[in-house]
Amino acid sequence: MNTKEFDVIIIGGGITGAGTQRDCAMRGLRTLLIERSDIATGATGRNHGLLHSGARYAVNDPESAAECIRENKILRQIAAQCIEPTDGLFITLPEDDPDYQKVFVEACRRAGIDAEVIDPALARRLEPSVNPALTGAVRVPDGSVDPFRLCAANMLDAKLHGGQVRLQTEVTGFIREGDTVRGVHTRNIRTGQEEDFYAPVTVNACGIWGQHIARLAGVEIGMFPSKGALLIFAHRINNMVINRCRKPSNADILVPGDTVCVIGTTSTRIPFEECDRVAVTPGEVDLLITEGAKLSPALFSTRILRAYAGVRPLVSADDDPSGRNISRGIVCLDHESRDGLRGFITITGGKLMTYRLMAEMATDTVCHKLGVDKSCSTAVTPLPGLEEPASEKGALICECENVTAGKVAHAIDQLEVSTLTDLRRRTRVGMGTCQGGLCACRAADRLAQANACAERERNDLADFMQERWKGNFPIGWGDMLREAEYTQWVYKHVLGL
Amino acid sequence: MKYQETTRSTHNFEECMKCTVCTVYCPVLQVNPLYPGPKQAGPDGERLRLKDPFFFNYALKYCMNCKRCEVACPSGVGVADLIQSARIRYDKTPPKLRDRILASTDFMGSLARPFAPVVNVVTGLGVTKSVLDATLKIDHRRSFPKYSGRSFEAWLRRREKEQAAFPEQVAYFHGCYVNYNYPQLGKDLVRVLNALGVGVQLLDKEKCCGIALITNGMSKQATRHARHNVAVLRKAVVDGGLKVVTTSSSCAMTLRNEYPALLGVDNGDVRDAVTIATRFVFEKLEKGARLRFKPGYHKKVAYHVPCHMERMGWGVFSEKLLRMIPGVEFTLLDSGCCGIAGTYGFKKENYEASQAVGEALFNRIRSVNPEVVACDCETCKWQIEMSTDYSVMNPISILAEAIDI
Repeated sequence: MNTKEFDVIIIGGGITGAGTQRDCAMRGLRTLLIERSDIATGATGRNHGLLHSGARYAVNDPESAAECIRENKILRQIAAQCIEPTDGLFITLPEDDPDYQKVFVEACRRAGIDAEVIDPALARRLEPSVNPALTGAVRVPDGSVDPFRLCAANMLDAKLHGGQVRLQTEVTGFIREGDTVRGVHTRNIRTGQEEDFYAPVTVNACGIWGQHIARLAGVEIGMFPSKGALLIFAHRINNMVINRCRKPSNADILVPGDTVCVIGTTSTRIPFEECDRVAVTPGEVDLLITEGAKLSPALFSTRILRAYAGVRPLVSADDDPSGRNISRGIVCLDHESRDGLRGFITITGGKLMTYRLMAEMATDTVCHKLGVDKSCSTAVTPLPGLEEPASEKGALICECENVTAGKVAHAIDQLEVSTLTDLRRRTRVGMGTCQGGLCACRAADRLAQANACAERERNDLADFMQERWKGNFPIGWGDMLREAEYTQWVYKHVLGL
Repeated sequence: MKYQETTRSTHNFEECMKCTVCTVYCPVLQVNPLYPGPKQAGPDGERLRLKDPFFFNYALKYCMNCKRCEVACPSGVGVADLIQSARIRYDKTPPKLRDRILASTDFMGSLARPFAPVVNVVTGLGVTKSVLDATLKIDHRRSFPKYSGRSFEAWLRRREKEQAAFPEQVAYFHGCYVNYNYPQLGKDLVRVLNALGVGVQLLDKEKCCGIALITNGMSKQATRHARHNVAVLRKAVVDGGLKVVTTSSSCAMTLRNEYPALLGVDNGDVRDAVTIATRFVFEKLEKGARLRFKPGYHKKVAYHVPCHMERMGWGVFSEKLLRMIPGVEFTLLDSGCCGIAGTYGFKKENYEASQAVGEALFNRIRSVNPEVVACDCETCKWQIEMSTDYSVMNPISILAEAIDI
């Protein structure tokens, strides 16, 4: 198992990397995936979790729309365990152009999206939280998808096909022989251990950080970092996705997901240097609430849990400062033909919805380079059912999200969890209303026992609570603030931390 | 900021700070490990149920609806309301025959009343209790409230003219217990109010408040009762300009709080006019009304605040009223549930828990050793009388006994 030679090395543990590794592994390649942090930490984990029908892009970007609906149908087949088929509404409000609906529905039909105009009264019955002032509604096959589970399922399948994964491992440089990339230098973030891995092809699937990785390899990609801010509301207001039936704009999608719902997004160009520390501004919070409340007035009075932002890995195509008009289309760069650098591919652009297609395109390029003649079967092979016979037994660790000691133990033993943040992604510990107030210390206790190190866990707990607070800070008022104060009191005065 | 001024969702469960103080005050949680506790069953569970009704936990039936979690909550969350609404919304199991019988207090009352002497003997027999235990799972250790041969309604109706002669009028929501089981309490109230110059009227055919229907999974019937009762209350309050008094804390709490919170029946225009008799009397005395008391009256009274009285924050009125009575040696019992919770304790599966909840209260009563326990709730009365050697009187009955007319 200690081999350092592979057929393909994939850099980036987001959905694109995971999907590419799965596809490569299913075509019989020996794969290694390298991720500097945990899986799904970048844009994969920082979006709406929307299973697009494609309707949003139908008018302005028919190509993306068609891709979306195709992938939507495929994902429903292969990843049912990660998807809630909620359906979505595109609502027209009195201030919206009443003629847009017609244009929209026609565009949807052209793209192959099943868009059904329904009576506003029916829309109100189907989704009681919708703005009752709506004048029109279209029903489309939107849904919600759990990006983390989807990413983990792809990685699991890759492993079942012999793939290897290195988390917490950073690529520090490339091993080059003239114009050919032969492998990568890596360093384990935690242990500092340095290791080299070799493969004839390396795939750069790092999202927005792909620009940095490409630079390490000696090529330039002009990325267009576009920040999107979102707000999480503390419980599920809606059970169908609610969109605005107008030209895509800010804060016009409300997605129900698990115990919460999410309003978003904004679109702001940011300098590349800020990608690692994006923060949500008060202006964005105001905009998200005021615009979001037009979709569902309940947003005005529903407690907000967190604010967060992700960075879209768009590749600049023109000088539009907002980034809205850039196609969310897929960009697969073969650096051999583009820059004369052999053995290096960048797959970027695109979106969560089209990850499988992106993976297919990247894998096709890889196979072409390796002279492997196998066709893609990811569209017809279901992803593994995400195991988790995880025991429901034991006391509750996280009361808000119903996470038992059994689930936590399973995650620690089986799922390579080493920090509270990793544990949160896998179990939802700390994602509920109390934002870790009651559960983080309990979970930290389990981790400390598993790792037999109290000191490290104390720091981990501090980091975790700091990270929770980061998401709470932009919306720090009312009940949120009371809760935060209570949590502070518990940690400082009861636990003495 | 105009928006986000409050974050008040349905039953405002988002205001829960997870401080968990409700679980400390939950009497069920102390004795029944199957019950998830008010925080888990209430605000935490509600989020999960909104995600998927699959998360509805049938153990919510162990909630006694005592509302002590709501009293304890520093954030004003309607914890028990959340739990009871969830049962109404998600628990589709049809109520058992036993639960229907226990819940239909007015139907059973009107059925049993004409045959009261026979019914009382039969329900008191050990063999009957064994049969009910075996067939319906009504615990054999329970004693049933006795039925009265004449209803309170009939008694008061014969005195309509005489009552109408008083300068001030009040309407009385007597409830099933006074009507079918213990008219004497109603008569005591009439005696007290008359002494204050207040005449007592019946409502235009009240129905059972419905609290037992709610907790026994018969919310549809409860809603029908609620609509009817709000309509007759409206007649008395809005059209007649009357106040409405009750002698049962649970009836009062149901009419005021449960109708809008659980059954969606708006009672906004009548709610404030519904009050408990002790409060009504106390406020009259505060405003200068005078009662004459029997000289030499003496009674050692221990007052137990029923849970629903606690929820309304009204225990203080009964307490002050009792303390005003010359010759009453008053002890306020530490607040705690007696364990019966209406029909809850009658069910075989709840008997042990019910007695375990009440044990602390029974011991406090024994240590005070009063002549009588005072309490505004009829089911507390049954429970305390069954579980201790002490008899229980409504504060109004004690007052009626003490006044000199």
